[in-house]
Amino acid sequence: MFGLTKKDLSLLGIVAILTMAAPFILNPFPTESAMAQFNAGYPDLMQKFVIFGIFAIGFNILFGLTGYLSFGHAAFLGVGSYSCVWMFKLLGYNVLPGIALSIVVSGLFALLIGVITLRRSGIYFSILTLAFAQMSFALAYSVLSNPKFNLTNGETGLQVYADDPQWFHSANLPDLPHLFGLSMRATHRMTLGGWEFQFNAGYYMCAIIMLVCFYLAIRIFRSPFGLMLRAVKSNQQRMNYTGLNSRPYTLAAFVISGMYAGLAGGLLSAVDPLAGAERMQWTASGEVVLMTILGGAGTLIGPVLGAGLIKYFENIFSKINESVLHSWFGFLPDGLEDFVITIVYPFVGKGWHLTLGLIFMLVVIFLPGGLIEGGQRIGRLFRGKKASKAGKSATTEPAE
Amino acid sequence: MDAIILQILNGLDKGSAYALIALGLTLIFGTLGVVNFAHGALFMIGAFCSVTLAKLLNLSFETVDPTQKDFLGNPLKVKTPYIESWFGPEVGATIIDWSVPLAILFAIPIMLVVGYVMERGLIKHFYKRPHADQILVTFGLAIVLQEIIKFYFGANPIQTPAPDALSGVASVGGAVGLNIAYPIWRLCYIAFSLLLIGGAFAFLQFTTFGMVVRAGMADRETVQLLGIDIDRRFTIMFGLAAAIAGLAGVMYGPINAPNYHMGMDFLVLSFVVVVVGGMGSLPGAVLAGFLLGILEAFASTTWATTTIPGINQIIIYLVAIIVLLTRPRGLMGKKGVMED
Repeated sequence: MFGLTKKDLSLLGIVAILTMAAPFILNPFPTESAMAQFNAGYPDLMQKFVIFGIFAIGFNILFGLTGYLSFGHAAFLGVGSYSCVWMFKLLGYNVLPGIALSIVVSGLFALLIGVITLRRSGIYFSILTLAFAQMSFALAYSVLSNPKFNLTNGETGLQVYADDPQWFHSANLPDLPHLFGLSMRATHRMTLGGWEFQFNAGYYMCAIIMLVCFYLAIRIFRSPFGLMLRAVKSNQQRMNYTGLNSRPYTLAAFVISGMYAGLAGGLLSAVDPLAGAERMQWTASGEVVLMTILGGAGTLIGPVLGAGLIKYFENIFSKINESVLHSWFGFLPDGLEDFVITIVYPFVGKGWHLTLGLIFMLVVIFLPGGLIEGGQRIGRLFRGKKASKAGKSATTEPAE
Repeated sequence: MDAIILQILNGLDKGSAYALIALGLTLIFGTLGVVNFAHGALFMIGAFCSVTLAKLLNLSFETVDPTQKDFLGNPLKVKTPYIESWFGPEVGATIIDWSVPLAILFAIPIMLVVGYVMERGLIKHFYKRPHADQILVTFGLAIVLQEIIKFYFGANPIQTPAPDALSGVASVGGAVGLNIAYPIWRLCYIAFSLLLIGGAFAFLQFTTFGMVVRAGMADRETVQLLGIDIDRRFTIMFGLAAAIAGLAGVMYGPINAPNYHMGMDFLVLSFVVVVVGGMGSLPGAVLAGFLLGILEAFASTTWATTTIPGINQIIIYLVAIIVLLTRPRGLMGKKGVMED
């Protein structure tokens, strides 16, 4: 079905079920319980999961398949965000034109940058993309926000003002991003016993788009085109010697992944109509690299997992403060409690970046295939001992 | 004329930081073939060495002075740094005042050890891995180092003032009829980095150790066949490169108060500098560092920014892109480096 093999179809099915049921799955703790702060099932965070999932899937098409490590993908994210907000300003709050434009504009931008940067490979490519992204950041942050020609609104961030034209806006439409009248903020709350589940329109729109993106990524991975990209990764020189020009293929991969990034940027604006230049900064590019590597570059589901994990860390792990720790370790004797807390404290709360950096380093050193490879290894371990547990790693099926 | 000289000085000032970091990066790349994304973090650690020394020197004990009263009428508590009680108030105050230059001595052993540990503990295992992996693991290391510093020193910039004697403004070029006022410390910075760069080159050029290292950079295998333990020397070079970055950071403290992400800010530009200079070329890195610094200074003048708004923000990247497209090996890059 859909031109997929049975294995890929079941993977797609699992992802579809997981994303659709996310409001339940991510809300395992009752609202009143002490663990409620670990619930991730609120719209804002769920939207980030899927949007950054799209970003990472796109990045993976470039890095996972061709091995070209781009350190400037945030530029496309930013361009996408800006284009989407501009559509809001000019046409009105319907998200479709905004998202469409953000894909187109970021695709063109990626084409321009790709033509230049793909003349080089390896570390030069990384640094060239980094330079382009930093240049775009500088342009967006200060250069293109002068009073004569204000494209990005600089430090404040681009947003919709009351005196913007908004040609297709009418009084009966919500004053927020919407899809033909359905506001992106519309949330249906459902209370079941001690639990509260939130079903958000914006989340479901992003999730469906992510599923489409995921499906396209599977198709790309399985296509002759994807095979060609893998050949570039394994031995570009031999490809060139056989008389094949690999540039068009890498360029296509670059543009596709740029469009994915632009789409993610557009969706970010669609759920929150404010686009700032900091989205283009190179730390943001670094973040998507972290996500992809952490989950497993070159695998289908890895980048999505990585994106989810990092966003979860960023939003949930960072909230653990000293008093929370005290409540956790309160059962220990006083001296021991303080000792444990002093050890744990630097790694949680504001220090979550430290944990992230350490995990990332460990993954790069010991698990170059990311968490997916870890899952596989564990799976193999179980399969070696007990054949009955062989199905354990079915959800983490790799692409390679 | 004055304005031009002033901009050149500004450029040299910024450029010397770029040149020092780029020199270290190139040393590491040329010897070990590793792309070190954590080099900016080494620069930052250097700057925090001087912060730490200043804190150590300012460790003080409290005494109650019954002759003075504070605003509530209680006896005034006076803090006296231990240094002042050991060496007498005047010598002690002078030592505290000169904490940044003293930090140079303090930072050298620390940075050497940090570099050595980093190479032996982590980077050694990445020689055989692809460049992408090296970039990624050092990128992770940079995040970790940055966060450790942030945990201990906080996220706010910490002032590290230059000694009083060096913190004023000097008049430059009086002898040739110019009158330019320029901060003394920045002049010191330029002089210091020229000295450091000169020292590094002299070390490589005129000592036996340097000769062996250069031979190893040119042809590692042959040197190993001659029975020389080149890996050990390369490790030492890594330590030296770390020390150079650290010293650049120590001296940069008074110009820009150190904060935990200063390394990352410099790193991106330093990479651009290395690439413009030519991967693996030491003179290229230094030359490109100064050139780009000066270019940036000229692009920051009012004339330039009114002609093309924001040119100062993007000039370096623009130049880097043009250079890479017209001279793919950079200004002084040699054939065969990083071209696999």
